[in-house]
Amino acid sequence: MTVRDEVAPAEPYKPSARRIARERHRRARTRRSFAVATVSTVVTAAVLVTLTVNSPGWSRTRETFFNGHYARVALPDVLRGLWLNLQLMVVCGAVVLVAGLVIAVLRTLRGPVFFPLRALATAYVDFFRGLPLIICILAVVFGVPALRLNGVTHDPVVLGGFALCLTYTAYVAEVFRAGIETVHPSQRAAARSLGLSSAQAMRHVVLPQAVRRVVPPLLNDLVSLQKDTGLVSIGGAVDAVQAAQIVASRSFNYTPYVIAGAIFVALTIPMTRFTDWVTARMNRRQSQEGSV
Amino acid sequence: MRPAITPSPRRVALPAAALLTLALAVGCSPQDDDTASDTPASPSSGAPATTAACAPGSLPTHSAGKLTIGTDNPAYDPWFSDNKPSNGKGYESAVAYAVAKQLGYPQDQVVWKTVPFNSAFAPGVKDFDFDINQVSINADRKKAVDFSPGYYDVRQAVIARKGSKIAGAHAIADLKGAKLGAQIGTTSLDFITDVVKPSKQPAVFQRNDLAVAALKNGQVDGIVVDLPTAFYITGAEVPDAKVVGQFANTGGTPEQFGLVLDKGSKLTDCVSRAVTALRSDGTLAAIEKQWLSDAVDAPVLK
Repeated sequence: MTVRDEVAPAEPYKPSARRIARERHRRARTRRSFAVATVSTVVTAAVLVTLTVNSPGWSRTRETFFNGHYARVALPDVLRGLWLNLQLMVVCGAVVLVAGLVIAVLRTLRGPVFFPLRALATAYVDFFRGLPLIICILAVVFGVPALRLNGVTHDPVVLGGFALCLTYTAYVAEVFRAGIETVHPSQRAAARSLGLSSAQAMRHVVLPQAVRRVVPPLLNDLVSLQKDTGLVSIGGAVDAVQAAQIVASRSFNYTPYVIAGAIFVALTIPMTRFTDWVTARMNRRQSQEGSV
Repeated sequence: MRPAITPSPRRVALPAAALLTLALAVGCSPQDDDTASDTPASPSSGAPATTAACAPGSLPTHSAGKLTIGTDNPAYDPWFSDNKPSNGKGYESAVAYAVAKQLGYPQDQVVWKTVPFNSAFAPGVKDFDFDINQVSINADRKKAVDFSPGYYDVRQAVIARKGSKIAGAHAIADLKGAKLGAQIGTTSLDFITDVVKPSKQPAVFQRNDLAVAALKNGQVDGIVVDLPTAFYITGAEVPDAKVVGQFANTGGTPEQFGLVLDKGSKLTDCVSRAVTALRSDGTLAAIEKQWLSDAVDAPVLK
């Protein structure tokens, strides 16, 4: 742009009286709605607290579920048990993600030569997705050692973890497969026309998009896995839930369950926020890559 | 014609919410605390005024005209036989029918109900008249339920496979380094944690059959059960296991199995009288002779 001489220098911008009035009005509305929301929240909280505390049976509820003494008794045991849950979750989670992706890729292989692989992968997923996890764990934890095979562990935790991996790999494989199938065929066609091999197209074009799309359901499965690690206690290992149950079964006080439950919920929430952040970051990067 | 004034949603919401909370509060209001004494009334201490005389066959039972008896499923030998509590075979099945007969309920008026071991003596409303499931009487449990007097004096025992490292244990100290197992919520588990205090965390199982499976598989070195169960397991279920030894009673009082009744149940007094009568007329001893192997050679672990 060139500046023309004959034009008088523009006056600095002054908002009109109407605009100032409008903005003042808007600010006032904002302040007012904020105040109303605050008052309404405080009133609601007060009503809920009063109702809860004055409801008949509150004292018994507090005694049964929120008992400080039993919370202190149970907490160390529950935390000791939680270490087992966390180990299982991290190890099984990693195994499941990798194995699930492999199974999903096997299921989407093209070409008649791969038919047996596709069939095996499909049969595995169908079977273990339908098999109740409890049966899987019981059969593996108690059944496998009964075979007395040389070199096979009889450690209930390792076997229980293996059973978890069997079931959850099937779930996660289906999630990945759904992701792969949502990638439009034109993407693959474009990749192949650029000279990428089938494997390269899968690796560089299809999978990145597929995985990004299925992060929320994947997280669901991981949270579910985290909670189901407790089922390994069927084999006798003491996890957080079992530790809570041991205290509760001696005292008939159910505070330990509340403690264990709260810990599991507290574990899940940061994980959700973290994956939300990762997904958002991936999406941002993807949209910036559009400019060539 | 439209009504002149329609209530706005906001006007309806508050009263509706208030009504809802009121309904919830009424619907979920707790039962009154029963002011039952902590100890089951025994005949000697004089029956409380609330219990009527134990008229045979017409007690205020859970379902009228029937006696509902609870036990777990699976029901283990030698306490029951073939997992059928109703066949009268096995020590506890026989005792249950003897108590029922004493109360005036013949065999065809007895109904069995599946009650998981743990929930039998947890607080809360019961849907059985009494429960018979190798439940040891102890102070914690007495706070939650009523017990009849004991119908069997029990000792805890530890069993192990013959090749295991604790098979030759002679004292409790020899068990310290072993991986022991027991069922959750049992006095057997309490024995491990309070008396043996092993260095390895004990394996805890939801049910006894899982503990036996783990013993078979070598996943635990030994399991703790009551002595008759121990003899049954070593005799029938795991032939290559042996009873390493029994534990002496820790307190002054022997551990006893008792019938479990709801806290403050109207039947506690009558059931207690029945059990006492069966003990004094020798019925319990006869049933024991018939169904439980004599504890012959189980050394006592000091």
